[in-house]
Amino acid sequence: MIEVVDLYKSFGGEAVLIDVSAKFEKGKVNFIIGRSGSGKSVLTKCIVGLHAIDSGQILFDGRDFTKMDHLERKAIRQEIGMLFQGGALFDSLTVEENVAFPLRMFSRSNEKEIAERVHFCLERVELEGAEKKYPAQISGGMQKRVGIARAIAMNPRYLFCDEPNSGLDPQTAIVIDNLIKEITYEYDITTLVVSHDMNSVIEIGDHINFVNEGRIWWTGTKEEILRTTNPELSEFIYASEFMKVVKDRLG
Amino acid sequence: MQVFFHIGRYYMLVRQAFRRPEQGRLFFRLVIEEIDKIGVQSVGIVALLSLFMGAVICIQTGAQIDSGWIPLYTIGFTVRQTMILEFAPTMIPVIMAGKVGSNISSEIGSMRITEQIDALDIMGVNSAGYLVLPKIVAAVFIFPFLIIMGMFLGVSAGALVGELAGVISLSDFVVGIQYDFRPFQVVYALIKTTVFAFIIVTVSAYTGYYTRGGALEVGRASTQAVVYSIILIMVTNLILTQLLLG
Repeated sequence: MIEVVDLYKSFGGEAVLIDVSAKFEKGKVNFIIGRSGSGKSVLTKCIVGLHAIDSGQILFDGRDFTKMDHLERKAIRQEIGMLFQGGALFDSLTVEENVAFPLRMFSRSNEKEIAERVHFCLERVELEGAEKKYPAQISGGMQKRVGIARAIAMNPRYLFCDEPNSGLDPQTAIVIDNLIKEITYEYDITTLVVSHDMNSVIEIGDHINFVNEGRIWWTGTKEEILRTTNPELSEFIYASEFMKVVKDRLG
Repeated sequence: MQVFFHIGRYYMLVRQAFRRPEQGRLFFRLVIEEIDKIGVQSVGIVALLSLFMGAVICIQTGAQIDSGWIPLYTIGFTVRQTMILEFAPTMIPVIMAGKVGSNISSEIGSMRITEQIDALDIMGVNSAGYLVLPKIVAAVFIFPFLIIMGMFLGVSAGALVGELAGVISLSDFVVGIQYDFRPFQVVYALIKTTVFAFIIVTVSAYTGYYTRGGALEVGRASTQAVVYSIILIMVTNLILTQLLLG
């Protein structure tokens, strides 16, 4: 479980996150949703340590990330897998080398074991046969799947996904969503997805946090979110025509 | 104040780059790849420039000597001094700042804006160490070889063109290049080159590493890398020359 307690973050004196407290439970797909500029990406970057926070606590299964030294943070980071919005695959490496990268860096496995693990991860995301291709030679959806394969290569305890469906067609988006859900349940990991895609939330979300104006505005399950009476959240989730239809059907 | 901010951040990046690499074997492989990219792939341009510069300096010096009081071997002496003291150790790095520096800055800058550096950091990899240190080691190692090659080719081209164009005989030229030769001047040139190699890589890496935005900013960082590297090379050249030869 990841717990954020009274997190405060500002840039140049302007508060971006104000006393944010949230729990992201193990074995569940936890969502952070919100408008562009609401602070959801900053929150994720604070949790993974890409942004230093002004005050508060970030607890990874009770271990306070904010009080750790360089080596302890490094150890925690090896337990984190992250899927980036654009894939963030290394251009100069093949698909196979991208997935093997964290293993070569941190595991004590030999080349044979690394090759077996890479094969397993690529098979898990149904990308057998693409091993020798470079990121520029594969589609956006395939890049996301390679990103997932790389994220799970080290058997992470925590999986972070930043806008996993951006730029993907609806069918591919569902494939990625399902992969995230299956991996979360299969490996019993804490998954945190940052998104503003309501389809994904309805499809795979177990626990949802709505961030607005730098604060956690609302928190609950997907069943609860569809029946929310919170005006800001309603405005956000029923912004699209599709969701308005869903709302009408729900009565 | 901005200058102090950049100096401080530059120092932090260099310090971070010099942390112990995660995997020695992988680091060694990266250094070899960078030697190829920075050094081997620059052999052509360095050779071409050195050949033409040596030849041109020979003809220009010959054209200036119209007094019988000045011995002809002065041409060989001038070509040697120019190639050893300034052209090879300073002008070649300036050209390399354009070729290698812009390449390093745009490579690291693109990695920054496509979140590849964030990916390294989240994995727990020391991104500065992984991306910058192999380039520093490779450049500091390979630049002296390029410069020695440049000196040799420049002087050789001067001798050849001097003979072919009837400016100076080969024997006179050889007397000139042997005249008052001080081996320390080569050492001075190599010290300068090594420092310039460090400047080019670290300054270019700095501009790339802290790029924010998109393709436009990557281009801007690349230009800044070249401009700042050249300015620093010039200033350092003056300081080192005063320290070592003054």
